[in-house]
Parts: sequence; C-alpha cells; structure tokens
Amino acid sequence: MSEARSALPNAKFDGIAHVEDAGLRGMISFRGDLSASKVKAALKAVSGVEMPSQRGCNVTGESGLAWMSPDEILVMVPHAEAAAAVEKLSKALKGQHFMAENVSDARAVFTVAGKHAREVIGKLAPVDMGTFQTGEIRRTRIAQVAAAFWMHGPDAFTVVCFRSGAQYMFDVLSVAAQSGSEVGVY
Amino acid sequence: MSTRLAKGGARIDRSKPVTFSFNGKSLKGFEGDTLASALLANDQMMMGRSFKYHRPRGVVASGAEEPNALMNMGEGSKFEPNQRATTTELFEGLKAGSQNHWPSLEFDVGVVNNALARFLPAGFYYKTFLFPRFAWKHIYEPIVRQSAGLGRAPDKETRDADTYEHFYFFADIVVIGGGLAGLQAAKTAALSGAKVLLMEQDPHWGGRASVDGGELDGAPVADYIAALVAELEGMENVTLRTRMMGAGVYDHGYLLGYERLRDHAPKVAGPRHRLWRIRAGQIITATGAIERPLSFAGNDIPGVMLAGALRDYIADYGVSAGDRVVVVTNNDDAYKTALAVKAVGLDVPVIIDARAAGGGAIADEARAQGIRIENGKAIAKVTGGKRVKSVKICAQAGEGGVLEEIACDAVAMSGGWSPVVHLWSHCGGKLVWDEEHAMFRPDETRPPLGASGEGFVVPAGAANGVMDMGVGLADADHAGRKAVEALGLTPVDVSLPMFDQAAEAPLEPVWMMPQGAGPKLRMKAWLDYQNDVKVSDVQLAAREGYESVEHTKRYTTLGMATDQGKLSNINGLAVLSESLGQAIPDTGTTTFRPPYTPISMGAIGGEARGEVFQPLRRTPMHAWHEAHNATFEPVGQWRRPYAYPRGEESVHEAVNREILATRASLGLLDASTLGKLIVKGPDAGKFLDMLYTNMMSSLKPGKCRYGLMCSENGFLSDDGVVVRLDEETFLCHTTTGGAERIHGHMEEWLQTEWWDWQVYVTNATEQWAQIGVVGPNSRKVLEKLGGVDVSKEALGFMEYTSGKLGGFDARIFRISFAGELSYEIAVPASQGAALWDALFEAGAEYDATPYGTEAMHVMRAEKGFIMIGDETDGTIIPQDLGLHWAISKKKEDFLGKRAQEREFMANPERWQLVGLETVDGSVIPDGAYAVSEGTNANGQRNVEGRVTSTYYSPTLGKGIAMGLLHKGPDRMGETVEFPGTDGKSYSAKVVSAVFYDPEGEKQNV
Amino acid sequence: MLILECPYCGVKGEETEFHGGGEAHLKRFGPGSSDADFETYLFMRENPKGVHLERWRHVNGCGKWFHVARCTMTLEVFGSYSAQTLEPPKEIKDILSAKRPGWSWRNFS
Repeated sequence: MSEARSALPNAKFDGIAHVEDAGLRGMISFRGDLSASKVKAALKAVSGVEMPSQRGCNVTGESGLAWMSPDEILVMVPHAEAAAAVEKLSKALKGQHFMAENVSDARAVFTVAGKHAREVIGKLAPVDMGTFQTGEIRRTRIAQVAAAFWMHGPDAFTVVCFRSGAQYMFDVLSVAAQSGSEVGVY
Repeated sequence: MSTRLAKGGARIDRSKPVTFSFNGKSLKGFEGDTLASALLANDQMMMGRSFKYHRPRGVVASGAEEPNALMNMGEGSKFEPNQRATTTELFEGLKAGSQNHWPSLEFDVGVVNNALARFLPAGFYYKTFLFPRFAWKHIYEPIVRQSAGLGRAPDKETRDADTYEHFYFFADIVVIGGGLAGLQAAKTAALSGAKVLLMEQDPHWGGRASVDGGELDGAPVADYIAALVAELEGMENVTLRTRMMGAGVYDHGYLLGYERLRDHAPKVAGPRHRLWRIRAGQIITATGAIERPLSFAGNDIPGVMLAGALRDYIADYGVSAGDRVVVVTNNDDAYKTALAVKAVGLDVPVIIDARAAGGGAIADEARAQGIRIENGKAIAKVTGGKRVKSVKICAQAGEGGVLEEIACDAVAMSGGWSPVVHLWSHCGGKLVWDEEHAMFRPDETRPPLGASGEGFVVPAGAANGVMDMGVGLADADHAGRKAVEALGLTPVDVSLPMFDQAAEAPLEPVWMMPQGAGPKLRMKAWLDYQNDVKVSDVQLAAREGYESVEHTKRYTTLGMATDQGKLSNINGLAVLSESLGQAIPDTGTTTFRPPYTPISMGAIGGEARGEVFQPLRRTPMHAWHEAHNATFEPVGQWRRPYAYPRGEESVHEAVNREILATRASLGLLDASTLGKLIVKGPDAGKFLDMLYTNMMSSLKPGKCRYGLMCSENGFLSDDGVVVRLDEETFLCHTTTGGAERIHGHMEEWLQTEWWDWQVYVTNATEQWAQIGVVGPNSRKVLEKLGGVDVSKEALGFMEYTSGKLGGFDARIFRISFAGELSYEIAVPASQGAALWDALFEAGAEYDATPYGTEAMHVMRAEKGFIMIGDETDGTIIPQDLGLHWAISKKKEDFLGKRAQEREFMANPERWQLVGLETVDGSVIPDGAYAVSEGTNANGQRNVEGRVTSTYYSPTLGKGIAMGLLHKGPDRMGETVEFPGTDGKSYSAKVVSAVFYDPEGEKQNV
Repeated sequence: MLILECPYCGVKGEETEFHGGGEAHLKRFGPGSSDADFETYLFMRENPKGVHLERWRHVNGCGKWFHVARCTMTLEVFGSYSAQTLEPPKEIKDILSAKRPGWSWRNFS
C-alpha cells in the first residue's frame, strides 16, 4: 500500500496556543447495545480501556473509547490497526445486531495545547470551557462545523472533525489562537 | 470658550500628553481623555453638523448617549464612520474628522436646508416625493443622498484590516454596569458563592458616582469604589471586564457583551473587538440613568449641554465647557453643576429653575455661593450660531415674553433623569411610569422570563429608578440577593456603607419651555438632535392623526438615528401625549431593541471572514485539482472541479475536450463527494424498501441497483446506486448535496417512527476517496494496476467487488453515469491522492484525462440520465420523469407511495420528461419555457413546458436538452417553441431523452 | 436563543447545537388511508399560543431526536423527553398541569 496521508500533514500554528495536525488516527464508529456485557468485553478487548459513562472518554495514547450517544461509541486504535480491530469486533459479536465501521479516514484530528487552549476552544464552541474536564468528550460545533473534543492532558485538547473540513478547522483554530488574543479568564 | 482647567481631572494623566488630529489640525490632549474632552480642551465645541438641516452642533453628553459628536475615525483600511467622540479614548496619532458638511465644518453649503426648514417638516419625504414616478430614482434619491446621511461609507476598495472574534462564556450572574450599584450588586452575588461576570462599558469603574462627590463611610466615594474593585478582583469566582458593553439581552439568559480591545490601542496585535456570547443564570442591569435635555428654542446650539455632562468634563477631565455657564433645570441635581463650575473659579450668572417653588437645600447652598437663582423662569431662546452667545429669560408659565438677556458661552440643562431600561426591556421586561420622578422604570413584577418561566433580569440602582446614592446601594444589594436567591443559593448579609443624603425638592416635569411656547419657538426646540426632529414635528404628526408612538416615531424619525433616541424618546412621547391629550403611560414607549449602542459588523461576524467566511469542504485530491488549474464549482459546501482548462483554452473548450477524451479513451473523475451511507442490520432490507421506491431487499450481495428516494409528499428527493455489500449490509450512494440530508432522513425515520427496527446507519462518505474511471480503456488501466479481477466475466455491469488494486484497499463498483465502460473505485481517503496519481501514471498511455462536473453533466444528459436539482425541483415525482420502472408495484408501502396515489399526481396532464433537439443545432437557453397559443389571465403567454437541462454536446456536435412538456411522450417529432430572453425563439424537436448509445452497448462491454 | 436539554446525552446546549423538527406525535398514514387522514398527517399542524409539543434533533451533538414541551408565548421549556414514545410521559404531563392548569394539546391534556 502507498503512504497514507492525513488531510493536512504536519500543519502547525503557534499563537496563544499551539495548534497541530495530529496525523491519522484509527477510529471506528461502533453502534450497538452498550449495556450488553459481550459488547463491553469486545470493546475493551480492542481498545484496552473500560466502557466510558455518558459523555465520558477514556483514552490512553492512541487507543481508547469515547461515548458518542446511548448507542454509539467511538473506538480509537492506532491507524494501521483499525481494519484488524473491525475484524476483531465483528468476530467477537458475530450473530449480534451491531455496526462497526472504520471511519479513520473520514476524520481529521488536531491538537490545541498551551495555557490558553481552553480559551481557543471557547471562542469557537458554545460550551462552558470553565468547567470542562479530562475524561469528558463534547460533541458540538466548532465555528460552523460539527466537531468533538476532549482533553488529552492538562491544557491540551484533541479536536476531531470531518476530513473534508480539515483546512477550515485548522484555519479557524489558528485565527482563534492568534497572538494577542488572550481572554484571560481561565 | 471651552478650555483645559489648571487643575483636576480624575481620569487624565497630565504627565502624558497625546497628539491627535481633528479635520487635519494637530491638537494635544492627555492620556485618559476622550476625543470629546480633548476637543473641548482645545476650544473645539462645534463637532459636527446635523443630519437634515446641517446646523452646527456641539457635544451634548459625556457618554454613550451622545447624539451629535459623531466622527469619521481613522483612514484607509482602518476607517470607520459615526464614532462617538464621547466614548472614543484618545490615543497617540488618532485621526478624526467631523461629518456631514461640505466643504468644511465651519462653512457648509448644505446649511441652506436650515433656511428651508419650514419646508422640510415631519414626513416631508412622504409628502413631497410622490410624483412624478421617474423622479424617484433620478432626482429625489440623488438629492436626498447628497444632503442627508452622517459619516461616509468606507472606500469600496478597502478591506477592514482588523480581526474580530467571539467568545462563549457562562456565568451564574452577570452584572451589566460597573458603577457603584453594579459593583455593590456583584459583591453581594459573589460573596454568596455565585460565579459572577461584571462588565463596564467605560475604561473606568464607578460610573458617575465619584463625579458628584460625597462620602461613603466617611471616606470619599472614589476610595470606596477602589476598595470594592480591589475586593472583587481578589475573588476567584468573579470576572471583571472594562470596555465591555452589555449589547443585548435575549431569550433564556443569552446576553451579548461587546468588548473593545484595541480601539484605544490600535497598534497592539490582536483582535479589535470581541463579542462575548454569554449565557447567564441571572442578569443584573446596573446600567445607570441618562439625563434628559429641556425643550427650549436654540437648545441645539453648540455650548448647550446636559448639566451632568458639563460637570463630568470638569471632574473627570479638568475641562470647562465655558467661562459663563447658565444652568437651567427642573430638578435639584443640576445645581451640582452650578456648584462645580463655581468651585473651579468660573462664573454661573444665573440658575434658571422652572419650578415656581425652586430647589431644596442645595439651592440654599448655591445662593450662599453667591449664585443668582431665578425660580419659575425659563429660557425663551438661546442666541448664537456656532456657539452660545446669550440666553433670553422668560416666565416658565408664559408664552416666552423676554424678561432679560444674559450673556453666557455655555448652558447646562437638566430635564430630569431617565433610567437606562434598554437591557431590561430587550427581552420583554415591562415598564411602569413613575409619576414622582417623571420617568419610566422597570416594573419588577413583570420581568423578562427565562427557560424556567421565571424572571431572569433584576434592575439595580439608577437603572431601577433609584437616583439617591445611599438608597441605590441598598437597592443594588437587594438586586444581588434577589439574583442569588433565584439561582437557589443563599444570599449572605453584606454591610452597606453609611451615606448622608441631602433631602431634595421634587422634580417638576417640564416638556416644553416655556410652557406656552408658540410655533416659532417650537420650531427651534429640538427633541432628537441626531435626526433633527423638533417639538413642532411631533405636534404636527399628532395633528395629522398619528396616535401610536410607534407610528409617530417612523413618521417623524424621532429616535430612529444611531443613538436610538437615548436623549429624545421620553421628551418626544411626552410632547406626543400632551398633543393627544393623554397621560404618558397611555402613550407608552417604543420598543427597545438591541444593541444598546451600535456594535461593529466585524464583531458580529467574528472569525467568519476571508478564508473562513464559510466552511469549504475539500476532497483528498483537492491539492491536485488546484495544481492542475481546475475551475471550481460550489456543490453545497464542497468545491468540485468544474473543468480543467489547459493553456489558452476556455472553460467551455476544456469541457468539450474532456468529454471527447473520455468517450474516446479514458477520463478520470473525482467522485469522492458522493454520499456513502452504510445501512446495516437484520431489518436493513425492509428499511430500504421503505426509503426507496424500488425493491432493495431483493438485491443480491455483490450487486448494484439504481434507486430513487421520495419524500412523504411523493416528490423526488434523491437518487443513487445502492450496493449490497453482504447479507446485512447495504451501501447507499447519495448525491453530493444529499449525504448529510439523507443520513438525517434515515436517522429520523429510524428514531422517530420505526424505532423497533434493527438497523444502524453510519455516514461513511468521507472515509472513502472515490474515483470514476471512465471510457473504453478504463478496464485496461485497472488491469495494468493489477490485483482484483475486473474482467467482464468476473465483474459484470452493476456488480461490486473489493480487494487489492495496485496495492490499494479498493472497493470497485462497475457502474456508469457517462454511458461508457466505467468503474468507480473507492479507497480509504488517506490513500485517495496516491491512487489518483497512480491512475494517471498507469493511464498515461491512454491519454488519461481528468474531467470535471460539467463534462459529467453533459455526458449524463447525452445518456438521458436525470440529475436531482436539474430535472427535479421539489415538485417532481418519478412518474414525471418516465421512471416508472424504478417504482416497485409489489411493495405495499414506501415513503411517497400514498402521496403519489393522489389525484393530482396521477393526472395525465402533468408535464413529462422528453429530449429536445434544436432544429438549427443551437443550444436552448437555460430555464427557457415552451409556449403555446394564447395568454393567461395576467396577459402572459401560456406555457406548456420548460427546459431542465441544456448543453452543447461535443459528442453529437449540436445542442441537446431535456425538458418537461405537456403530454411530452405523446408528442415525439413535434416542434416546440422556446422564446429566449435574447429576443430569439428556439425551435426544438421533441425526441427521446437518450441521445447517445440508446441500446447501452458501450457501457456493457 | 433557547437552551434545550437533550435527554439522550444530557447536554444542556444552546439552540445552535439543535435543529427544530416541527410538531411531535404525528401519526403516519400510508397507502390505503383516506385523503382526509393523509392530508391531516402531511399538512395540518397545531399552531398553539401556549403549550406546544415539538421535535428537536441534537444535530451538532449526539444526533438523537427528542421531544420538547415548550410554551410558544413565554418560551418556557417544561421538559424534554424521548422520541420513542407516542405521547408525552406522565412527568411531563404533570409539569404541564402544574404550570398551565387546564392545558390541552391535540388529544392530550
């Protein structure tokens, strides 16, 4: 196979926060009965983490699970392992009603990090960034497009959007992170 | 003259001089000055000319309510008109110019309007410019545009050089206004544990409290304010912002805060304005009060100012408006101005008090200072042109007989104070008329209601009609407690400072000065300075039958200027009430609408400008398209290549070349934008049978089927190829614009109607880059890449396979939209650009040609394939397009089936799809209608059809079209007329819509 | 701008996260239904001054449809509830009865 490319390889911006393309991530959109023990076990087996609670997000490195809705989980694995993870889920849940779609390439992923990272997100998403904490995922809009984000460290956010909007997302995050635009409330 | 005093000015720093320019003249001010105070310090009382009569106008106020001192600010890409000098902070290098005059502020030709004033009464636009009709555009409009208007529009070529942004913020309690009341209310709220945001529009805390002096707890008011601010700054749960105005209050506690970050420091990097989009649990409006002018003749002559403003300039900026200041009032408060003027060693020749009984204790104090006081008197007239020269005094009770003329160079007037109720009222808070103080104040029993159905705005202090400082502090504390309680918290007790309030004599409402002023005086008594509306105009409107205040406002333009009548509204509706012989509350107020003062368009737009004005969606091959000179076409938010012109080639020539190359050998299309929805589950087939008009449950795995989707109303909504990937899984292709819509449509039916069906849907559109490999050599190029067997035997028409293709993880669909042998190859988006490159490399020997959406459209039209959005417009059913074959007769139900059974849908008179071939080979204009004999009731030609798609076909060398025609299929061979808007008529023969390869031999090889 | 609470993900979000979907609790009429029933299903809508039951989708969020009981006069939101129901649940009806005694909406009261 030829080299796989993220939408904006190595894009970077430095202002009141550091915005950067996070490269390709393995992502599987999983739909099913999240309360079923078989489902919980299968998801833990591919991600290595426990099932998160409502709007929760358990991520370690490139792997993890994020709660998307009462019947949807975003499964994260290294990009090269996504297809195998789908296979593994399909095998484990054979005969059950579920869906596991590899959507790794349908996404663009950015990181926004630094002392003012909260403010950068707060300029674009209608979310109370004053109370947002590690372990949460928020699906919302960022400026004019649907997006989701969570914290992967103190003052460090991972932002996910559709791949086609990667340039737009990088650009609006960069505008929001422009020098001299600190709000100074967080 | 107005001048800088030797001492004083709490807000200025005399050690820091600032140079600025006004109308090209270089002037000096100090750091902390506003543009208005600096101009006054330079004896520049006249600051502009009025809107309609071009009368000389000076500054009247000291804050956001200023109607006259509007400036053109900055130059080039930093230019902005209509900036209030009173709220513009002075900075080094500031460039301002006055507005609405030609050739200069001092000498203005437009002032001729002033002499014609009696011919320009209220509503003169409506009365004068009726006939003749042609004159509207060619005579009246140019004249009105030339003589009216305030600042000039920025040059068309310039673009705002600044950036702007939004910021979402959430607080339990937001206090608007950082005067004494706001600070006190914030303290109570914060100590009770609420998360508090306190905003102040000025750069300073404390509002006007320290101007009027006095002591709180035995210390100067300024000290108390400083301590309060320091205390609040030290609290974790409090956010304090200056230069931030509460612009508007909206439903459910939504509040806009307009923060001016760089207006005072334009050279510092960063956004100019920030619009805070705040969600507040409770909002406390501590927005203060605005002083009202008095209506006497000549009350607009430069030098006539609000009494409070005149002493603001003395106290805050060390600037006097004049050497001899006459004070005219109907209340005690204005006496403070007289005392302030006296205290800096200037002269107050007389205080004219309209009240027969005069003032209270403060009047005695003024008398003790040797100031002459005339009770029961009024100003009959102010004399002067560009500057006040004198006032003529008369009895308030009379008609204006002059008793005495007193020389002066400034007049300080006060008609009482009106609470700033705007933010209380924006979202529906009601007002009550306070007879004692002659003002509307918030009716606390009828606040705006929030999401819970409870009130969410609490007024505090002067904004609540409490003008007394001590009582105001208690009122602010009460407001803080009330807001805290509304949030379910327990308010803590906060000790309030002692304040010794002198008893005031009551105000007496004065709406006309003198009371019996005749027409001549009323014609020179201004209500609305900014829109040049006089007492006589409102009275005329009343005589002409305008009873509603909303109508009068529009007829006279009272309160319709950029200041929204902050000074004029109450006076205006009092005059209207008097004219109508009714009480003021019976007249009521006009509606208060956001924003409180104008906010910049830039702030409203926020980050959405330039490249990120709207989101653009790009495919994985977008960079290649750009590098290959593609002209792009917007399809929803996507940008798709329309054509790839080479060298000197026109776009049209490129389209023709792309089509011919594809039909002759090999064309490549970036089809990544096509919607790709995965539908999976035991009930997936049953679900798709409901969504499509066709039977999809019978599709075999590995097969493709073209399907149609209709709305419940029966109309075509989308189409595309459905592929059964395995027993339980379908891949539904949608149109480019339909992916999100159809995904939503599927989720809607699954979640809200058939929630017991076992089906999951995922929108996988962007997971895949999809490439159309089209033309007689398409198979050869795929075979050259190697891997999956794509031979005729292994992969028949309308079949699907997957596997490694030249090393790529590919899904291969043998489908055709161009009528050639063709394949659509889908690979994960991260591999899309690489596959695209590989196909061109392998296809080089076949002259692989990229083609855009226009070539795609022409080729599908040559084959008679419909396009959603061209052949359909939301009123077309599949039967109109001859697609009966795609509508299952076996199914009991599908979305749209019941609707299509309605009489009108089954009517044989409906226009139906046919092909159209021009007799002379020309191309019928887009959107042309076919005409028939006779005219309709409106005298228009009867029509019997219309063109839906029309192109030049390079394959056939002539114009082809598709169209809907009355009884079309029955009229093959007939000639139909299509008049164009170019004066020509196009004759076209009715033919089959399939122009190219009707037997399908080319795609089936 | 309204604040709504999505009963599926628990987010209390502003209106820009949501998309209004018109009247709630419509009963579908398909093939075999009378013209009158079909017309009512497709076109006839409540336009109350006061209590209204309506559909919303958390489109910039979890993607779920839900129902909201709301006052069209004051914009008060009485509550949101599941889309997988044919009528408002008892809790919602109780709130409506407490806040708008005598309320009725179509055949609910």
